[in-house]
Amino acid sequence: MNDVDSVADVIAVACLLVGAFFCLTAGVGLVRFPDVLSRMHAGTKPQVVGVLLIMTGSAIRLVGSSVIWMLLLVAAFQLLTAPVSAHMVSRIAYRRRHVRRDLLLVDELGGGPDLYRGDEPADAPPEEPAQAFVESQPDQGTGAGDGKA
Amino acid sequence: MTVVSVLTFAMLGGGVLLSLVRLARGPSLLDRVVATDALLVIISAGMAVFAALTRNPTVVPVLVVVSLLGFVGSVSVARYIGGMLLESANDGRPAAAEAGTAEPAGAAEPAAAGRTTTEGDRT
Amino acid sequence: MTASDVAVRRLRNQVPLLVSLVLVWNLLWGTWSWANLISGTVVALAVTWLLPLPPVAGGASFHPLAVVHFLGHLIRDLALSSAQVAWDAIRPSGLRYGAIISVQLRTDSDLLLTMIAETLCLVPGSIVIDLDREKRVFALHLLSVRDDAELEEQRVRVRATEDRVVRAFGSAADIAALDQQPDQPARRPAGRSTS
Repeated sequence: MNDVDSVADVIAVACLLVGAFFCLTAGVGLVRFPDVLSRMHAGTKPQVVGVLLIMTGSAIRLVGSSVIWMLLLVAAFQLLTAPVSAHMVSRIAYRRRHVRRDLLLVDELGGGPDLYRGDEPADAPPEEPAQAFVESQPDQGTGAGDGKA
Repeated sequence: MTVVSVLTFAMLGGGVLLSLVRLARGPSLLDRVVATDALLVIISAGMAVFAALTRNPTVVPVLVVVSLLGFVGSVSVARYIGGMLLESANDGRPAAAEAGTAEPAGAAEPAAAGRTTTEGDRT
Repeated sequence: MTASDVAVRRLRNQVPLLVSLVLVWNLLWGTWSWANLISGTVVALAVTWLLPLPPVAGGASFHPLAVVHFLGHLIRDLALSSAQVAWDAIRPSGLRYGAIISVQLRTDSDLLLTMIAETLCLVPGSIVIDLDREKRVFALHLLSVRDDAELEEQRVRVRATEDRVVRAFGSAADIAALDQQPDQPARRPAGRSTS
């Protein structure tokens, strides 16, 4: 391992550390957030910024070799593709009702009859999953509370 | 320098572990898609950190491939699920199923609830 | 319209794509040389010929000053939004309520709407869930909101983002449309009333 010997290296290392921290928070968000849509936020924004920072740091460290263009390319791809996949996944998630409606303040799209009638699958999960779970198991109804974690 | 590498790799490793937790637990397929996407991105970030700390650019081409592969993977799985959705909408009985789950708590309810527990959609 | 006319138009639609493909090819090789340029052109032609894309209707223009303004805001928004999501993730009290709102946009161009949707995924707090192309209504998921005032704030922010994108990349007609229709309330999407 080479030592840190210049201002540029210090900046690069700072970029790497902050980027790694953002990747960590993306992981934390993935675990802690309650439904697919919120997790999508965690998987998109800190992730993209983390990767951008790490690519910047690597580019500074590897300056002079031809691969820094590749790093630039990776960063650009990340910036372009992350919103696309986020949009596709969250769209499907909404249509398949993987949404915790009890955690929504408003839902202005909600059950718009002409928008979603017939587009949701016949086997869609029920509107209130936790409640349906309680109703399906009257003898162990208290077990449903842990789903709220 | 050692401190820096330990710190960054620890944070990235933490991120990987947490996305693995989501990948294992994630109740629905979509959660797993999100987790896989995040996992691949963090892995490519880890490779970039390795390249940066050792000043060794060998792994950088792999990084391009991995980052594109993550995108293609998550989009194709999302499209696959969307295709399932369209098919089930077109098979002629969405309106009946809607009425069945809404009105009587008899026949349709246990089936729907059972699916909820197997698919684990209550998290 | 003659056949050559069609061919010219097709070529004009393809040129930005070709240029960007050649650029990506050169970046992948990491060095600039004539061999890379020529092989990149060959590869780009092969790709566009084998996997043709539908032409993007209504080309975009490019306003340098506005683009700089847009990029500056994008970088600031990126930093802000990821810090915010990171804080939401690690703060002990967890998430507040989420929300799904719909916002009426004023642009009517496929390309611009795509860019707006991409940008909105990266600005603080929102992810585009759905887009009603005909009525130009976006549905956004907000990660963390406190009250209705914050919803209005987000709406204003979405409009501002749209404004910046259109002023940076829109044609003159798009920009005119932006000024022509003043902010109209989008509390209820038009889809609700038609049922």
